[in-house]
Amino acid sequence: MSKQTISLTVNGSQVEAAAEPRTLLIHFLREQLSLTGPHIGCDTGHCGACTVDLDGQSVKSCMVFAIQAEGAEVTTIEGIAQPDGTLHALQEAFRQHHGLQCGYCTPGMITRAYRLLQENPDPSESDIRYGISGNLCRCTGYQNIVKAIQAAAQALTSVPEAAE
Amino acid sequence: MNEQTPLASERAEKLEGLGCARKRVEDARFTQGKGNYVDDIKLPGMLFGDFVRSPYGHARIKGIDKEAALAVPGVLAVITAEDLIPLNLHYMPTLAGDVQAVLAHEKVLFQNQEVAFVVATDRYAAADGVELVEVDYEELPVVVDAAKAMEADAPLLREDIKDKSEGAHGPRKHHNHIFYWDAGDAEATKAALSSAEVVAEEFITYQRVHPCPLETCGCVASMDKINGKLTVWGTFQAPHAVRTVASLISNIPEHNIRIISPDIGGGFGNKVGVYPGYICAIVASIVTGQPVKWIEDRIENLSSTAFARDYHMTGKIAATKDGRITGLWCHVLADHGAFDACADPTKFPAGFFHICTGSYDIPVAYVGVDGVYTNKAPGGVAYRCSFRVTEGSYFIERMIDVLARKLEMDPAELRVKNLIRKEQFPYTSALGWEYDSGDYHTAMQKAMESVDYRALRQEQAANRAAFAAGETRSLMGVGVAFFTEIVGAGPVKNCDILGLGMFDSCEIRVHPTGSAIARLGTISQGQGHATTFAQILASEIGLPADKITVEEGDTDTAPYGLGTYGSRSTPVAGAATAMAGRKIRAKAQMIAAYLLEVHDDDLEWEVDRFQVKGNPEKFKTMAEIAFAAYNQAIPGIEPGLEAVSYYDPPNMTYPFGAYICVVDVDVDTGVTEVRRFYALDDCGTRINPMVIEGQVHGGLTEALAIAMGQEIAYDEIGNVKGASLMDFFLPTAVETPNWETDHTVTPSPHHPIGAKGVGESPNVGGVSAFSNAVIDAFAHLGLTHSQMPHDHWRVWTVAEQLGLHD
Repeated sequence: MSKQTISLTVNGSQVEAAAEPRTLLIHFLREQLSLTGPHIGCDTGHCGACTVDLDGQSVKSCMVFAIQAEGAEVTTIEGIAQPDGTLHALQEAFRQHHGLQCGYCTPGMITRAYRLLQENPDPSESDIRYGISGNLCRCTGYQNIVKAIQAAAQALTSVPEAAE
Repeated sequence: MNEQTPLASERAEKLEGLGCARKRVEDARFTQGKGNYVDDIKLPGMLFGDFVRSPYGHARIKGIDKEAALAVPGVLAVITAEDLIPLNLHYMPTLAGDVQAVLAHEKVLFQNQEVAFVVATDRYAAADGVELVEVDYEELPVVVDAAKAMEADAPLLREDIKDKSEGAHGPRKHHNHIFYWDAGDAEATKAALSSAEVVAEEFITYQRVHPCPLETCGCVASMDKINGKLTVWGTFQAPHAVRTVASLISNIPEHNIRIISPDIGGGFGNKVGVYPGYICAIVASIVTGQPVKWIEDRIENLSSTAFARDYHMTGKIAATKDGRITGLWCHVLADHGAFDACADPTKFPAGFFHICTGSYDIPVAYVGVDGVYTNKAPGGVAYRCSFRVTEGSYFIERMIDVLARKLEMDPAELRVKNLIRKEQFPYTSALGWEYDSGDYHTAMQKAMESVDYRALRQEQAANRAAFAAGETRSLMGVGVAFFTEIVGAGPVKNCDILGLGMFDSCEIRVHPTGSAIARLGTISQGQGHATTFAQILASEIGLPADKITVEEGDTDTAPYGLGTYGSRSTPVAGAATAMAGRKIRAKAQMIAAYLLEVHDDDLEWEVDRFQVKGNPEKFKTMAEIAFAAYNQAIPGIEPGLEAVSYYDPPNMTYPFGAYICVVDVDVDTGVTEVRRFYALDDCGTRINPMVIEGQVHGGLTEALAIAMGQEIAYDEIGNVKGASLMDFFLPTAVETPNWETDHTVTPSPHHPIGAKGVGESPNVGGVSAFSNAVIDAFAHLGLTHSQMPHDHWRVWTVAEQLGLHD
């Protein structure tokens, strides 16, 4: 099958690579761009391990063709920390609150929570539980993930006050 | 020194050893997307393999046409059983003494069975090739029910062994029979039943489920033809065992095989077995001379690699009128699918199911298990439990509730009355296990007080009255479960897998500057071994956990071990770690004696140092000793500071716990809401409370999934129903309640640090607690049992059958 060039912005950098029109975004990211943070867990859009941020929305990248991301801005787990390596509050909070075990759902979970906290900076426990219900975890039972997201929300909202 | 030496307790705290809620060292890479899972591996020239699978549950293969597939650009090879026969690889040995088809030979025995392996330059080309392989099938009669498989005129499934009247575990009494295995005293149990004041009976099914880790199974096989070395990266819970098996079946010398388990995205038993994909990837790499990757998709995962349970249990429990249990009888019809690929220690074809007298002092018992072939996927793994312990625990915990109804006793009271008493330990059960330790009554009492059990029952009585009066359509259920696990397989004298004794190992090298690396025969799949094993060692050798690297999963560097499953890592490899640490300390003591110019016996160990008895100002820290080990010529002592321990446990460990679950059932929708779940676990010495709690949360959530929704079901013509995440229930954060955790500590008397293992306890105890709670909601209306999973439809059906919708 013939390939087409796809150009988009990934984690702040302009990238261009060739892919077949049928290539899924998750395969494009993982195999062409070597961004192996997002994972594949189900192929049917249920598990959320492949979650990335696409033009300001959480998207399951196994449900999108790479070519649909032409011209888009994509953020993966690799682009969540600051360029200088400073971790995002969510990355810190997941470690502090034991919000991960095998780590396989973690990139998708954090990427989803990253968008959730922009949509709703002060979520209730229930908001968080519904907000991450498209992301499955088999290890943690979610309790510590919820705690971690609550802690990150608090850290993120308290930053401007601290700066004042 | 001007500085005051910190107190021993302060120094101990800095080590972050046993008991510390140490943050995990694994998390930095996982939270940044820098884990290294098998599908992340990319090698130059790497090819992809994909399977052609059977659409039928039972069919004869009349022919396979590869031509169209081979014409697809990028497709390099299509491998079938015919290609494997000359290599004698069309069948492979299973862990249970049977053989399993690597690629179907002459016929297929379950839907989605592997028929051909297409190798191509990328995964899309491989998938195109799979579409175009034409297989001509002739359908055969299907049997997916274990009882029907044993009928006289049932279709013959395993033609390859039809003349074998003797299987790996004794005589076969029918063409679809695998084994009969039993334990206990049949005559005495019959006598107890016939003379009993009360006998309760029930037929209890533990449905077929699947561990479904978020990462599916897969591997990358790379045969280096120049140096003759085969390297396989894969989702292996037991890398050394895989190496030995690979060597035995491929005839590649074992030193020329390197098995690497990289990061593993959850296992839960799914990744213990050896699957056709691994063999095919290896063969394809040998044939093509290039690395070959095989990664199963979710449907393949749920329908072909491993299943769990599928136990159909008939039980009888005898008791006195006042509730003293006098005997237990159980017969199991065990559906093993098309090949007996159960992952159990060799001598235990039904695993440790005979832990099924549970936590109770039952004088006589008998268990018999018939293993049966059906047209379903092979497997029979321990899904987050030690070999068939979940089935055994579910059986007894349901039987206790059934008996309680018959006696009109409170189920918690009946349990308390029959729990093994503290002074009875070590306790030998009627089915032959020696329980090492326990304090069940303390745990049960703490659990009942914590939830105010009496108040819950009062609330339930009020709810029932309100329901009867038509004031509510919701019924409250209270589920009680008290479980005893049997983990840490196991003593080499009676536990082996394919002849390999189930010891485990740890090798420690202390570096000159006071840091160390420990390598183990186990492999973490999320349990956090790199964090917790460093803690065990920190307490043993007095170096900070942060200065200890824990490495697992590479057979070229790690000492031989049997891997991680059955909660065996802490009981066995954790013990090896402590013992190897003690060897380090023994040598360190001699070095310290030399440095301090005293006799060995004049020294005592304190936290991180050897000090002169009665003169603690004179000491050498472990870091100082480590340096001396590399820079001083000490008479009679070899340089260096290393140790290795192979630990053969004297017994299993027996973690236990008391769980109480409260549910509210909407009788009109069947929707069950878990209002409260309290879990008290006793796993002996607690290494890292944070990690333990995380394990309990996760195990309870898997238990919730099993009890309330998971099932790998088949229709009558062998179609597997629900083998994708569209249908197979994995709870989201919305269905999952908040878990209340608690603990008591009863150290194992034979484990070097008293630890027992915990990862699987919540699954073992949790399923019973959920199931008991749902059934309890209807108990006052006469319901004694209802088969899992208690999904909305089934619960609605229960309400319907009880006339609650009239």
